[in-house]
Amino acid sequence: MAGTYSLGIDRIACDGYGLCAELLPERIELDEWGYPVVASAPLAGDALRHARRAVAACPALALRLDRATERVPDRQPAQRT
Amino acid sequence: MTGLVPLAAGPSPLWYATRAGGTVALVLLTATVALGIAVGGRYTPRRIARFEVSALHRNLSVLTLAFLVLHIVTAILDSFVHLGWLVTVVPFTASYRPLWLGLGTVGFDLLLAVAATSAVRLRMGQRRWKAVHWLAYAAWPVALFHAAGTGTDTRLTLQLALYAVCVALVVAAVWWRLYRAGPGRVAVRLWAGATALAVPVVLAAFMNSGPLQPGWAHRAGGVTPAATGTVHPAPAPADDEGGPE
Repeated sequence: MAGTYSLGIDRIACDGYGLCAELLPERIELDEWGYPVVASAPLAGDALRHARRAVAACPALALRLDRATERVPDRQPAQRT
Repeated sequence: MTGLVPLAAGPSPLWYATRAGGTVALVLLTATVALGIAVGGRYTPRRIARFEVSALHRNLSVLTLAFLVLHIVTAILDSFVHLGWLVTVVPFTASYRPLWLGLGTVGFDLLLAVAATSAVRLRMGQRRWKAVHWLAYAAWPVALFHAAGTGTDTRLTLQLALYAVCVALVVAAVWWRLYRAGPGRVAVRLWAGATALAVPVVLAAFMNSGPLQPGWAHRAGGVTPAATGTVHPAPAPADDEGGPE
């Protein structure tokens, strides 16, 4: 899993513009108030490329790419539930 | 037609390129500003996605800079007015219409700051980026007054109509944005609304007292007739423009 990334959202910075869900519908959905719900699976390849575009497009800079290396062990149990 | 007058004097293609480049840059800047306001106000069109409005804003801003570079480089390369490379970044140093040309330099500097910070936006953080990005709101009226004050084509009816459309578009965008704004930041909203009203009023008053009056070329500036004496062999009283109009 070294070198993979996952999406993170700064919930305080996010203003619900919704551009990220348009650019990355396979990973991001909007809740009923227009705020993003992000799939936590790691990104690679094309998905990573699209994710970078979505990160750059966020008007509030609230979407970010986290390096998944150190977080993967923590997240695996949560994903299985 | 008024268009025949400059043709008789025979300015070089570079001079036409700089005029056309400036006009196109103003139109593109206006579109960029309006789209930026639309993004800030969460404009949600039916036909296209929101990220497309945002992407259009970014792409048109780059195109604006490209036309600005064309506008500036051709103005300097052209021998019609004598400008050095210094005027591209240091305002009010030109020998030709120093104030009105200097406004263009100020606008270009502001837009360069906006573009440079936008290029490293992901690294510099939202707050600092936004603080600089607000300079674009200053650059637009500055560019408008630069165009009105020194634009060779300012007196043409079509050009005046173009200015009017540009002003109307941005003022409408600002008012739409204010209409959509929530409570809070009352001072900022009042200030923005008042400024959006003031810009067209001041511009109209300025046009009426300045560029649209006879003899503006002499008042606006400078030492042009001496510097480009070959182009204007004699003062032409019928055509009240002494400069390279």
